[in-house]
Amino acid sequence: MKLLEIEHLKKSFGSLEVLQDISLSVEEGEVVSILGPSGSGKSTLLRCATLLETMDGGKLAYCGDCICENNAYGQSVYVSKKERQRIQSRFGLVFQNFNLFPHYSVLKNLTDAPIHVQKRNKEEVYAEAMELLKKMGLQDKADYYPCQLSGGQQQRVAIARALAMNPQMLFFDEPTSALDPELTVEILRVLRQLAEEKMTMVIVTHEIDFARHVSDRVIFMDGGRIVEQGRPEEIIDHPSNDRTRAFLQKIQR
Amino acid sequence: MDILSIVTQLGSGMLSTLSIFFLTLLFSLPLGLLVCFGRMSNWRPFRKLSKDSSSGKLVSGLANFRPVQWLIKIYISIMRGTPLMLQLFVVFYAPYYVFGISINSSFRFYAVLIGFSLNYAAYFAEIYRSGIQSIPVGQYEASSVLGYSRAQTFCKIIFPQMVKRVVPAVTNEVITLVKDTSLAFAIAYQEMFTTAKQIAAAETSIMPLFVAGVFYYIFNFVVAFVMERVEKKLDYYQ
Repeated sequence: MKLLEIEHLKKSFGSLEVLQDISLSVEEGEVVSILGPSGSGKSTLLRCATLLETMDGGKLAYCGDCICENNAYGQSVYVSKKERQRIQSRFGLVFQNFNLFPHYSVLKNLTDAPIHVQKRNKEEVYAEAMELLKKMGLQDKADYYPCQLSGGQQQRVAIARALAMNPQMLFFDEPTSALDPELTVEILRVLRQLAEEKMTMVIVTHEIDFARHVSDRVIFMDGGRIVEQGRPEEIIDHPSNDRTRAFLQKIQR
Repeated sequence: MDILSIVTQLGSGMLSTLSIFFLTLLFSLPLGLLVCFGRMSNWRPFRKLSKDSSSGKLVSGLANFRPVQWLIKIYISIMRGTPLMLQLFVVFYAPYYVFGISINSSFRFYAVLIGFSLNYAAYFAEIYRSGIQSIPVGQYEASSVLGYSRAQTFCKIIFPQMVKRVVPAVTNEVITLVKDTSLAFAIAYQEMFTTAKQIAAAETSIMPLFVAGVFYYIFNFVVAFVMERVEKKLDYYQ
């Protein structure tokens, strides 16, 4: 089943066309890595998919439920706020700089939205949250505040917070870029574990090795377009496109 | 005249000073939040205009016109740009001279409260705004992705962090308010400073004014102490 469908996505900031005609779909259980130089539109693509930016043109749908569709003039028209909110709980996003709520304890970071947004049963949410923290190796940190944790721990809390909403898929926007190499390993281990559990994930990353070993598909973006996509060994080891080759050479040195 | 009798004579004035202080805070702290919302309002009733026409300067100007924000900006600029004493005069005399309503002397107290609250709300609004705008945009984005409504985002995520950030600036303003209560003498409201001046004139002694000064100092010492405790209490996160 297609969890995410994007068709002919267009996005401009002023006169700058950041995304030009992007089409992308993600199957259930698939792990997709997005590579590309900075300014290629990777983050904007993720922000459009997670409704942090509005698309100028194109279609966006989760599990066949449309969030926006083109009208007769080729402009994206969004569904009602209520419908958006309903569909919104199907995906989660993990940010580069975590964006945890500093005034909430770790446990409250995880439980507040499920309780007050999804209106789920408190005990059930708490039990699930503790389970998630355990999985992240943070069971003893439930009552800590984000500022008392290392960057790697904070990012694991952020991943747990996204998972606590029981999403069908997760987006990661350069989840390790704010971390030093040691902590990066920590996060990549968690991502690998999620991949093994068949969590559907779209990951914007600069970690080539990670993309090669964990993802089912690699997408290379440049200049607001998808230049090339395919199995990781094809794209990373035998890129057919010059720009992909140049990029990979640069960062693999 | 010994100090003890000065203090007893100033006693009722001290109570008036305290009631101006606490009531002004009670009204102006929440009112400031309302003013802050107005100041940050992005409501553009004529926004649709720019869509249909390829628009000249006038039309696009009108489309970007934010009436609420504009009104509040004028309000804040007047409150900050003119003396508080003058504002007290206006509030006190306007009902009679402008509207012909006769006023009795009990109105003095209300005039002081209205004048002070309106003035301090303007300052608090700007302090709140600085606090809100200093919160990283990532907090809004995280809230949005987690599905919080706009109201929830403000009440649960933004407001508590804003409070922590504005405490030092609010403390400053509250301390200024303690001293500003003495301006109520301008419309002859009997608070402590008014009484002190009268006793000083009658007794040809500087002692009452000195006692008043000590009172303000102790008052502010307590305020500073309390606000420091508040700051400490909010120190559990960064």
